[in-house]
Amino acid sequence: MAYKISSFEDKTTNESMVDKSELDTFPKLLRHNATRLPDRPAMREKEYGIWQSWSWRDYYEQVSAFANGLASRGFKRGDKVMLVGQNRPRLYWAMSATQSLGGIPIPTYADSVADEMRYVIEHAEARIVVAEDQEQVDKMLEVREHCPNIDLIIYDDNRGLRDYDPNLVISFEKIQEEGRVFVINNPDYLQQNIDQGKGSDTAVILYTSGTTGKPKGVVLTHSNLVSNAKACAEFEGLNENDSVVAYLPMAWVVDYFISYAQAHVCGYCVCCPESPDTLVHDKIEIGPTYHFTSPRVLESQRTDIMIRMEDAGAVKRKMFSFFLGVAECVGIDIAEGREVSFKNRILFRIGKILVYEPLKNVLGYSRTRLTYTAGEAIGPDMFNFFRAIGIHLKQVYGQTEASPFVTLQPNNQVRPDTVGVPITDVEVKLSEQGEVLYRGPGVFQEYFKNPEATSSAKTEEGWVHTGDAGFFDNEGHLKIIDRTKDVGKLNDGSMFAPKYVENKLKFFSQILEAVTFGHDKDYVTAFINIDHGAVGDWAERRGLTYASYQELAAHPEVYKLIENCIVQVNQDLSNDELLASSQIRRFLILHKELDPDDGEITRTRKVRRSTITERYGVLIDALYEGKPSCHIDTEVTFEDGRKGTISADLEIRDCEMFIPMAKAS
Amino acid sequence: MSTKGNNSDVLLEVKNISLSFGGVNALTDISFDVIQGEIRAIIGPNGAGKSSMLNVINGFYHPQQGEVWMNGAKRKALKPHQIARQGIARTFQNIALFKGMSTLDNLMTGRVTLMRSNMLWQALWKGPAEKEEIQHRERVEHIIDFLEIQSIRKTPVGRLPYGLQKRVELGRALAMEPKLLLLDEPMAGMNIEEKEDMCRFVIDVNEEFGTTITLIEHDMGVVMDISDRVVVLDYGRKLADGVPDEVRSNQDVIDAYLGVPH
Repeated sequence: MAYKISSFEDKTTNESMVDKSELDTFPKLLRHNATRLPDRPAMREKEYGIWQSWSWRDYYEQVSAFANGLASRGFKRGDKVMLVGQNRPRLYWAMSATQSLGGIPIPTYADSVADEMRYVIEHAEARIVVAEDQEQVDKMLEVREHCPNIDLIIYDDNRGLRDYDPNLVISFEKIQEEGRVFVINNPDYLQQNIDQGKGSDTAVILYTSGTTGKPKGVVLTHSNLVSNAKACAEFEGLNENDSVVAYLPMAWVVDYFISYAQAHVCGYCVCCPESPDTLVHDKIEIGPTYHFTSPRVLESQRTDIMIRMEDAGAVKRKMFSFFLGVAECVGIDIAEGREVSFKNRILFRIGKILVYEPLKNVLGYSRTRLTYTAGEAIGPDMFNFFRAIGIHLKQVYGQTEASPFVTLQPNNQVRPDTVGVPITDVEVKLSEQGEVLYRGPGVFQEYFKNPEATSSAKTEEGWVHTGDAGFFDNEGHLKIIDRTKDVGKLNDGSMFAPKYVENKLKFFSQILEAVTFGHDKDYVTAFINIDHGAVGDWAERRGLTYASYQELAAHPEVYKLIENCIVQVNQDLSNDELLASSQIRRFLILHKELDPDDGEITRTRKVRRSTITERYGVLIDALYEGKPSCHIDTEVTFEDGRKGTISADLEIRDCEMFIPMAKAS
Repeated sequence: MSTKGNNSDVLLEVKNISLSFGGVNALTDISFDVIQGEIRAIIGPNGAGKSSMLNVINGFYHPQQGEVWMNGAKRKALKPHQIARQGIARTFQNIALFKGMSTLDNLMTGRVTLMRSNMLWQALWKGPAEKEEIQHRERVEHIIDFLEIQSIRKTPVGRLPYGLQKRVELGRALAMEPKLLLLDEPMAGMNIEEKEDMCRFVIDVNEEFGTTITLIEHDMGVVMDISDRVVVLDYGRKLADGVPDEVRSNQDVIDAYLGVPH
């Protein structure tokens, strides 16, 4: 398959301007990089307090030695190698070496327990394991008692591994030494194997941590990943001058993509932190230019900044809040390249020197020109906070099966509530139920040894079901609203996406949880759980007195506060053609927090709708019967396992609703 | 474990040590040896003289009677810093780190006895001093890596939790590259998880660096697990000496720990 020559390749020398279609596998790309960028850093790792680096030439040498070592031990094409550990250069090299010999690497989550690994090893029939350290080796030995198909365990860190069986547990260096001997007699073996590789070969099997049932192994080919990596790099203008910090779990497609696939395609440098504990510092030292993060991390970073600023001196605090105000006002406009008044431009400049740049440095963003966030919905507030101080934050949408990105946000069209436009060569369409389907060169081959699941996820024409409901807004940007199975319909036939509305509510710090109802009903109603900390704090500052959570939740002032939040959400929803009828008409504040002990939410804080409908049926009825209040007795489980009942009279309020913009105009 | 070394590799031997403070006999006629490469535990009830014994070994106390033999030669009465140069390092029951200094600097102080360049060069921070410091820093970084304390490299020690301070202290002792490492209650006051970590480090130090270790410890489970041989003291006298199993079944030891009707 031929690909467009990307912009970054324009800089390459004539010598390397070979036919690009030959570079269809990662080993070929690596070999190419070793001649194209021999002295550019390819990998760094902080060890013994110093950043050690390996150029592309070194990278290739290390990989070759290891690959030859595997070859000397009779490695065959199609053999599978499992990788267990944190992001270490040698694990990436092992991945590359495996692919060079036509094998298939299978990275796994370092923190999985032995039982979970056993499933993957048995399912994938891995024969060789490359483990980071003693902890992982011990896990593998435990697994091996049940599945003897493991016949070689290779380790990176030799600490504590002296007394292990030397025929079974072998160091990475030892294999490399063997490889350096092997190559003397078989100088062309590796080259031939690399040349034999095709784009349609399996590059990697990534096991997705399924929330239901056993994990599924997603089979991705070299072409899948190379095409997606090229398309995205071209879209964002990534090149060999970039750098990333490899800190995401190696088994996650995003790490595979950023720390491996794109690194090979673009030739940029991947930096491995010293240990997970030192990540924050290491990130500041490296200053990655390209970064992937999650809303949860951003949230904790922002909270951390705010708390630390509370403790700062008065001058600093004033300066901070003043310039943050400036950023809030004009930061987004500047980021998007819109006209801003002269005064504000000057103020923003000063703010940049005094506040924004130091802040970015502390967060490790001083050189970052591209930051992705994905995984869950991000509050517009938080999104804009980071964008305003000059961090180039963008949302992406994708999944392992798409290897991995489906849509990206073009520069100057970054929105907090959309995920952007389909990347080059990827088509996205919506099913009649509003489910997002996509098709393109990145689409996975199959779920390993699971044709049933494959056929239900992928249609004959190559469309993949995402299970997400979404729609395109008027700019042509995809907006993801909920899982398809949760999306319902109001009685008037309009769409109702509970999670979308709930997320909007939860973006307010005062609201901890929200549960909305509306499927097969005339209008939308909501249960609200206040955030005890945030609302308690708010009440304290206002001098409101309350004795218990229940009393606080029922306080008229608190009701007013929450009502304001809901009105804002309603106003926001009214701008949305499709979801304007999802505005909340009536709500109540629950007298107790939803609790996993009572089965109302899962341990990972996902609302269990069925349990809630069952337990609070009376309240739901009251919401739809128009009653001003309702009495309820609820059984609760205390932490020591005893059960008790709490009863309360809950007030139900009506909210202001807005005429949809589309209809009004 | 008892296969380590043999009797010809005696690293340290104490012969008939008696130590008294005024009228109090802290140690009475104690003899035992420490073999190259072993983990040797000294146990005993409170006031048995364990810490005094360590203080004799590292030269802080000078016994009224008896001899200390190191590497097959009788040791003269030396000051603690001279003994440190002979390759004996220790940690303390109550942590004795420089609280205001970072972990890294604390570990670097462990290298002082090994530094050779003179004060003038060091003050100028040029030439041999610089080169030497880089070498020492490298060694210290290996220890930081070994003890997994990378994340607190630059943190002032006073701000660290107790368990980590203990680990830093072990690191400083290791930085001296001792032949014999004396640990005075390395696991006192730790929770189970910290104890397990510390046990692992003690064993790893012994195995990876080949350092001979003499330790005092109260947690019998720990002692019996990790030590090769145990010497038991009670009221300044030696009650028993042998491998953990022998000591465990020794009637005198059981009496000393559980008490006997008088």
